[in-house]
Amino acid sequence: MEQHTDLLEIRGLKTHFFTKQGEVPAVDGVDIAIPQKSIVGLVGESGCGKSVTAMSIMHLVQHPGRIVAGQVLFNGDDLAVKSIREMNKIRGKDISMIFQEPMTSLNPVYTIGRQVSEAILLHQNVSKAEAKERTIEIFRKVGIPEPEKRYSSYPHQLSGGLRQRVMIGMAMVCNPQLMIADEPTTALDVTIEAQILHLMRQLQSEQGTSILMITHNLGVVAELCDEVYVMYAGKVMEHADVNELFAHPQHPYTFGLLNSIPDTSGTKSRLYTIRGMVPNLLKLPKGCRFCPRCEKAMKICTMQEPELQDLGNGHQARCFLFDKEVMGK
Amino acid sequence: MTEDKNKDFSQLKDTDPIISYEQEESAELTELNSTWDNIVNTFRHNHLALIGVVIIILIILAAVLAPVISAYDPYVQDLENKLAKPSAAHLLGTDAFGRDMLTRLFYGARNSLVIGLIPSIIAIVIGTVMGLMAGYLGKTADFIIMRIADICLSFPSLLLAMVIMYTLGASLLNLFIALSIINWGMTARTVRAETLQLREKEFVEAARSCGVKRSTIMFRHILPNCIPSLIVIFTLDIPSAIMEEASLSFLGVGAQPPEASWGLMVSENKDQLTRAPWVALIPGFAIMLLVLAFNFVGDGMRDALDPTLKE
Repeated sequence: MEQHTDLLEIRGLKTHFFTKQGEVPAVDGVDIAIPQKSIVGLVGESGCGKSVTAMSIMHLVQHPGRIVAGQVLFNGDDLAVKSIREMNKIRGKDISMIFQEPMTSLNPVYTIGRQVSEAILLHQNVSKAEAKERTIEIFRKVGIPEPEKRYSSYPHQLSGGLRQRVMIGMAMVCNPQLMIADEPTTALDVTIEAQILHLMRQLQSEQGTSILMITHNLGVVAELCDEVYVMYAGKVMEHADVNELFAHPQHPYTFGLLNSIPDTSGTKSRLYTIRGMVPNLLKLPKGCRFCPRCEKAMKICTMQEPELQDLGNGHQARCFLFDKEVMGK
Repeated sequence: MTEDKNKDFSQLKDTDPIISYEQEESAELTELNSTWDNIVNTFRHNHLALIGVVIIILIILAAVLAPVISAYDPYVQDLENKLAKPSAAHLLGTDAFGRDMLTRLFYGARNSLVIGLIPSIIAIVIGTVMGLMAGYLGKTADFIIMRIADICLSFPSLLLAMVIMYTLGASLLNLFIALSIINWGMTARTVRAETLQLREKEFVEAARSCGVKRSTIMFRHILPNCIPSLIVIFTLDIPSAIMEEASLSFLGVGAQPPEASWGLMVSENKDQLTRAPWVALIPGFAIMLLVLAFNFVGDGMRDALDPTLKE
C-alpha cells in the first residue's frame, strides 16, 4: 500500500484549452506535492498556468478548457475524476479559495455577513443564528473591527484590505484542510499586503491548514512559503525549499527572476530583465520551452526537452545543465 | 459620511499627527440602511420618481373606485349629447356616442392597467428564467432557447399576436398569452447578455469555489445583479404592452366594444380628431401619463436598487 503523507499530490496534470486556433496546453504535465500543514508557493510570470493549475485542483476549469490527463490526489482521493456534485461537497469545505481581486470577488448585492454565513450553512448543519454567530467570530478572528456592525455592511462599503479579510474569513470558516490563494495580495498596497500575509500565516499555524500560495511576487514567497515551485509556460521548472531556492537558485529562469527584483540599496544600475517574451503556447519551441530566452542555452536545448533533475536535498530543476549524461560528454 | 471625514481631517492639525489604523477603518463604515430605507430615501430626493408614484397610485385608485366616483354609466349612449365640449356636467366632454369621457377613462384604466401589467409580469418571469438558463447552462441550452427567442422576435409582433388571437379566440386570457409570447424574447436576450458577463465575475467563481449549486448561483447570485436592468425592461414593457393592446383592439382582436380600454378609446375616437380633438387626444394623453409615470418610477427604482449608488 502506498502511503499518503502529502495532503495534495498533483501528478502529471495536463489542462488544455481547445480554442479555434488550436489546442493550448496551459498546464502541460505538472507535478506538485503539498505536505500537511505547510505553505507551498507557486510562482511564475503571467500566463504560465499558475491559476489554471489552481482551477484544475478545484475542478473549476470552464469550457473550452479541460483536464486531459493526470491525477489530483487529495488525501489519496483523485479529484480529477469526481462529478460536479461530489466536488461541490469538497469545495469550500475541505478546499477553499481566495481570489486576486477583493473588489469583485464578493457579490455586490448581498451583505458580507450574509455571504459568509451562507458558506457556513452550505456545508454545516447549523441554524441561521448559529451561522451568524460564527460569522461574527470569524470576522473578529481575521481582524475586522466592529464585526457585529460590519455583519450588515455591503462589500462596496469596505476597503480592499477589509474585503480581502472577509474573503479569507469566508475561506477559513469551514476549517478547510487546504486553502488555495490565487494572488491574494496583488491588488493591495504594500502595508495592507503585509497585514494580510501576517494574518494568513497566523491562521495557518493556528488551524493547521495547508496553503497553496499562487503569486508572481517573490517577496511574498520569501515571506510566507515553506516550499516553492517555479512554473514557466505550463511546466514546473524548479522546485526547492524556500531558503534553498533563494540562496542557490539553479535553473536559469529562476536565476533571472530573482535578478529582476529591483534593488533599493542605492546602486543605480540598470535593472536586469529576462530577454524575450513568454512563448505562445500554441507554438512552443521544439526543445526546452525556456531555451529562446535562456542565457545558458546549449545546442541540446533546442532539440530536446529536459526532464526534472534531482539535485539532492529536495531540490529539482528542469535543465540540461544538471543532467550528468549531457554535461558529462 | 463625507462630511464626517472632512471634519476628521480638518481636526488633524500638526498637533495630532497620527490616525490609528482602527480609526481609519471605522471611519469608512457608512450608516447601514435596509433596502426599503434606500428606496424611500432615493424617492424622497428624486421628485420625478415621486410624481410617477403619485400618478400611478391615482390611476390605480381611479380604476378600482371607478363605479363609485363616476357619475355616468360607461356603456349607456346619449346621442343628443354626443361630442359635447368639456363642461360641468361632462368634465372631459363626451364621445361620438354621447358617453361620458371621464367615466370611460376610469373604466378603461382597469383594462389598460391589467393588460399593461399582467402580460409584462408573465413575460419578464419567463424571459428571466430562459435568459439565465441560456447564459449559464452552456452551449446547447443557449442555442435552443435563443433560437426560440429569435423566432418569437423575428415575427412581426402584431401579426404573431393576431395569429394567436385568431386561433385561440379573442379573450382576455388569450390576449395575455399573445402579449407574453411577443415580449419574453427581449427580456431573455438582455438577461442572457448580463448573465454571460456576470458568470465571468470573480464572485461567481468564488461561489463556485465554495461549492454552491448551479441553480443557486443562477437565481441567488446572478439574478439579483440583473434586477436594475430588469426593472428598466419592465417599465418599458408595460407601455409597449399597453400600446400593443391598443393596436390589437384597433384591429378588432383586443378588448371588444363596448368595453372601455384606453387603447380602444384612441382608435374609436381617432375619426373625431378634426371635429372634437379632445375626444381623441384625452385617452392618448392618459396613456402618455401612465407610460411616463412608469418610466419615472423605473428610473428611481433602478437608482435605489443599485448598491453602488447607495450613499
